Amino acid sequence: MYDDTEISREIETRFNLERRDFLKFCAAMAATMGLPKGAEAEIVEAMTSKERPSVIWLHFQECTGCTESMLRAEHPTIEKLILEIISLDYHETLFAAAGHQIEAAREAAMKKNWGKYVLVIEGAIPVKDGGIYCKIGGKTALQLTKEVAEGAAAVIAIGSCASWGGMPSTPPNPTGSTGVPEILVGKPVITIPGCPPNPYNFLSTVVHFLTFGTLPAVDDKGRPKFAYSRLIHENCERRAHFDAGRFALDFGDEGHRKGYCLYKLGCKGPETYANCPAILFNDVGSGSWPVGTGHPCIGCTEKGIGFAKPIHALAELQNQRPPVGYPRIEEQQGAGASIGAIATVAAVGGLAIGAGAKLVGNLGKSEDGQDSGKQG
Amino acid sequence: MVNHPIPSEVARANRKPKATHAAIGGTLISPFTLVLGALITVAMYFMAQRFMYGLGAVTNINNGYPWGIWVVWDVVIATGFACGGYAMALITYILNKGEYHHLVRPALTASLFGYSLGGLSVLIDLGRYWNFWHILSPGYAQPGSVMFEVAACISCYILVLWIEFSPAFLEHLGLKNVKAKLNKMMFVFIGLGVLLPTMHQSSLGSLLVVFGYQIHPLWQTPLLPLLFLLTAVCMGFAIVILEATLAAIGFKRDIADELPLLSKIGKIIMGILIAYLAIRLGDLVLRGHLGKIFSSGIKSLMFLIEMAAFIYPVVVLSTPANRKRLSKLLGAAMSMLTGAVLYRIDAFLVAYDTGPGWHYFPSVPEMMVTIGVIAIEVLAYIVFVRKFPVLPGHSTSTAAE
Repeated sequence: MYDDTEISREIETRFNLERRDFLKFCAAMAATMGLPKGAEAEIVEAMTSKERPSVIWLHFQECTGCTESMLRAEHPTIEKLILEIISLDYHETLFAAAGHQIEAAREAAMKKNWGKYVLVIEGAIPVKDGGIYCKIGGKTALQLTKEVAEGAAAVIAIGSCASWGGMPSTPPNPTGSTGVPEILVGKPVITIPGCPPNPYNFLSTVVHFLTFGTLPAVDDKGRPKFAYSRLIHENCERRAHFDAGRFALDFGDEGHRKGYCLYKLGCKGPETYANCPAILFNDVGSGSWPVGTGHPCIGCTEKGIGFAKPIHALAELQNQRPPVGYPRIEEQQGAGASIGAIATVAAVGGLAIGAGAKLVGNLGKSEDGQDSGKQG
Repeated sequence: MVNHPIPSEVARANRKPKATHAAIGGTLISPFTLVLGALITVAMYFMAQRFMYGLGAVTNINNGYPWGIWVVWDVVIATGFACGGYAMALITYILNKGEYHHLVRPALTASLFGYSLGGLSVLIDLGRYWNFWHILSPGYAQPGSVMFEVAACISCYILVLWIEFSPAFLEHLGLKNVKAKLNKMMFVFIGLGVLLPTMHQSSLGSLLVVFGYQIHPLWQTPLLPLLFLLTAVCMGFAIVILEATLAAIGFKRDIADELPLLSKIGKIIMGILIAYLAIRLGDLVLRGHLGKIFSSGIKSLMFLIEMAAFIYPVVVLSTPANRKRLSKLLGAAMSMLTGAVLYRIDAFLVAYDTGPGWHYFPSVPEMMVTIGVIAIEVLAYIVFVRKFPVLPGHSTSTAAE
């Protein structure tokens, strides 16, 4: 049996948390990453006994939505954990300090933990015109990225902007916004795309690094496989409607109100890889994700789809096909006769009856003529 | 074994030596054919729309009224009109009245177009028309379905009609050997040509029987198949009278030779109609729905108009003197046809109530297609009688030129 008396005591003093709540958090992290049984124990050990890694968090072209999303993670006192598990040495949103003071703190942390700290980048990096469109402390985002990345043990790009350019790179991309992997060529970069990304995908990645000293397995775009290996479409709660051919065709139409599939409204779920429908957002229960609330997925985790493809455009189906024939959503019950239709019926009917009567009449007259001719 | 006279030989004996079937020739361009051409062009335009944008773009049919006039007119009524071939074959070959033989071929021509275009109309009306061939493939058959019976019968009958009519082509093309071989087999097709319409014309009524309470009691009865069959045969005879008269007037031909036969046909029509009216009204009495004749609003009105159109020919044709006058025969035949047309429209559309909220009235484009199909039929008939030996060959000097 794993003995955690020592650990429990430390948790209580250090995190001000019930032991039970803490273990729940660790188990949730392990489950999110799909780690084998027993991994939660390793996580518990790593988080309580290992030295807290230094984290430097840079903000560039972004809206701070990723940070906001992080702060709203509701597993027990997550903000406490993120501040206690790691040593957050630089974060513009969360720091009270400002100006030269905070820049000095960053440089000091880099020097002290050279080669060991984790670099998190939130926001895209403008490269056009020498990168002058985003500057912090007199340095361009480009310079800062290269400078800080040099001594980083791991680089995590959080959000769609940092992952490939995201919203700032929407065509025509006036500032030349670029994702971190394209700037730091040759250095492995984990990307956690999403607008905002699910905080647990980020936390799980950090905890994985903390526990095993390595980053989780990633796909060809640098996204952790535990979170981004399945299409949204595969786990979508509206999938049954897609298979049955029941689609919302307009916002607010009957199909939309009944919760039918949003594919025909431009939902990008069928071509977007993310675990949104599986782990949801904000820990408030079912339906708490965009498609669940009735808005089509915009494909924010996919380069070339999110912020590039129009919202109404149909998704390219990757591995599923809808049925050939669809039942109707709004039943047309037909209208009464139009004036034109009645006129046509009257004209045709009148013509037929008139011609018939005329024909019979003329025939009768000629017969009468023949009869009288014979008599005469 | 009784040695029955062969119909064609009786016909030959009854006719003057020169009187065989002949093409009447003449020009195909006239104001009338040009009008027909214009109507066909309009129909083609809407038909193209139907195939590009679907049924909803052209028709008013909906899931409550899946059968509009493209079914009720182009199939149910048009095949009734096209029963001339059936009725004449029935009387000539089955009842062995050889004297009617030379009326068979013109009647058959009209049947040929009526049925072929009826089949074509089904194709236009089918949502997934590309599956049309399934009806001829046994693997897709659902033999318990009334619709299957109708569809399979009509499809087969169209084929049989073309075979029955083919001697006219073969004569024209000079393939005497083929024609001789075919003639030996012809009794099979003539038999089928009587059996198949008997089956599906009655089944058109069965189609409505399975609708149950959705059809108003003035029309709904288990006897619908019989009533549909009787009116179909009657329509066949009436159309022979109409056709003969119109051909005589349109192509300026002398009709005096045919008049005695038409009188006899008039008598047959009267007999069938009396039977029909007795069955229809007797059935209403027995089922206790007679009162509904006056208490069902627009449906009562339609029923009364329909009845008037059926009763008028009975009254007119009951006088032998009237049966000898072409004008009276024609008036009676047209009244009979009006009644039969209304009977089918009423039973399929007016009497049909599938629940609250559902409406149907044909749209103008929908009607233009139907009118176009009728125009195709008339034009094709004109072309055929001018180019192929169809009409009895006692043409007047005008046509002979």
